[in-house]
Amino acid sequence: MTQRVEVRISGLGGQGVVLAGQILGKAAVYSGRNAVQTQSYGSEARGSAAKSEVIISDSKIGFPAVRKCDVLVTLSQTALDKHFKDLKKGGVLLVDVSTVESIPETKVKVFKIPATETAKKTFGAGIYANMIMLGALARIINLVNDKAMEKAIRESVPEKTVEANVNAFNTGLEFLT
Amino acid sequence: MTTTKSNTYFWQGNQACAEGAIAAGCRFFAGYPITPASEIAAHMAKRLPQVGGIAIQMEDELASVGVAIGASWAGAKAMTATSGPGFSLMQEFIGYAFITETPCVIVDAQRAGPSTGQATKCGQGDVMQSRWGTHGDYSAIVLSPNSVEEMFTLTVRAFNLAEEYRTPVILLADETIAHMREQITVPSSDSVNVINRRKPRAGDKAFFGLEEVPPMPAVGEGFNVAVTGSTHDEYGIRFTADPLVHKKLVERLNNKIRNHVEEISDFEDYNIEGCQIALLVYGCTSRAIYEAVEKAEAKGIKIGYIRLKTIWPFPEKLVRKLAEKAEKIIVPEMNLGQICYEVERVANGLAEVIPLNKIGGGELITPEELLAKILREAEKNE
Repeated sequence: MTQRVEVRISGLGGQGVVLAGQILGKAAVYSGRNAVQTQSYGSEARGSAAKSEVIISDSKIGFPAVRKCDVLVTLSQTALDKHFKDLKKGGVLLVDVSTVESIPETKVKVFKIPATETAKKTFGAGIYANMIMLGALARIINLVNDKAMEKAIRESVPEKTVEANVNAFNTGLEFLT
Repeated sequence: MTTTKSNTYFWQGNQACAEGAIAAGCRFFAGYPITPASEIAAHMAKRLPQVGGIAIQMEDELASVGVAIGASWAGAKAMTATSGPGFSLMQEFIGYAFITETPCVIVDAQRAGPSTGQATKCGQGDVMQSRWGTHGDYSAIVLSPNSVEEMFTLTVRAFNLAEEYRTPVILLADETIAHMREQITVPSSDSVNVINRRKPRAGDKAFFGLEEVPPMPAVGEGFNVAVTGSTHDEYGIRFTADPLVHKKLVERLNNKIRNHVEEISDFEDYNIEGCQIALLVYGCTSRAIYEAVEKAEAKGIKIGYIRLKTIWPFPEKLVRKLAEKAEKIIVPEMNLGQICYEVERVANGLAEVIPLNKIGGGELITPEELLAKILREAEKNE
């Protein structure tokens, strides 16, 4: 059977949600699958709504945008409020509970990760929260191998921050292991 | 799980465009930053010096296309890239490139206009501007990619057409395709078909006529070529009042494109012969058709489509044939209707032409919206 997963990673500009989506898509292709990543962000450098969408499939991908997602990752309250309606009934919600206060009552599976808090404590900057969430996400969708993820991270972040990003990703993996 | 080939990448459309340009032999890039085209400039700035080329950030878009034209006359294959607002500023020089027969490639990654509009959001509002943007009688060649892979292959083709027909060529992309990332298998450099401009032989003097596409010298090669935006004869001599010189020049410039529509035209089609309802699509909007067509067929609807990879010159014979076969042609566009009027003109009553338009927020026409339109139109037929 064809495997296909549609993911939306959402938050605010500056949190690295677009980068997280790019890394996931790249790793999916390195794992031999088809992937498309699209994004939406505001004109402002920081603070406006941002989202990144990734479709991973074994077959050709036509329409590149995500309409209903299998996994919704949110790093801000406004993002959760805005995108929750697009999560499929049997989907998975992945929430950074350091930046999101209220999660709607739901029957979908919810994973709560204190990503921004952990990032600040362990890596000295909240900016690594995206990699922690990406680690948890990689474990949930299980279509992309960890080696490919690490390769994609190494290729996509500034040289000085590679180790911290990879470690943050591994921290995220461990949250759900 | 299959292993990924070493030449398979997960690239952004803009990166694929830049790499396609380099593969086609582009060694000069000039641009001014603008969303959603800036990554082309950024990538060219990194890559061109590695292959012996030059990338410059200019003071604005007018200067960007101006120096690209200059670089072309210095013998280089040259490109600039922008979005709608910058494309508007480039129009005068595009006319200059046309009348001076300067091969160059201009990328317009469309966003939602007019004016600054929604700077980070997708649109398809520049379709008519890409055809009629500059003043005077001219014919444009405009290509429309719908994938990251086509951002590479159609950029190569844009350069080849520019060199073959000695004319500016526009790659009309859009925010979705420019910013999207997907896998691309990059052909090895020796398998990319590259066309170069025809150079004159010693003693040649006519670089602006006598032949449909005359040979093109570079400055400094000893041909004493004069390049002017004023009407000129075969030898580049200005004739600013003679009606015959103007008629001869401008007709040749248009005919060298109009007489080769079939060679320039490139498209993807499906079930033209057997369809009742047809879709006529291009660019990002076309990504919705595959799912919509599959679902429409599952409901027993006879459907077909043409996806244009060459928008201009408009493939009249091809669309006329579609109008002869289909009862209705639906034209989805992320504007308030541009190509649909061209389809209507060519169909000339043979088929009903139905626009499907959506603008704002960069939201694509979804397969569901397209399918709903197809079903409504099919129902009316019964």
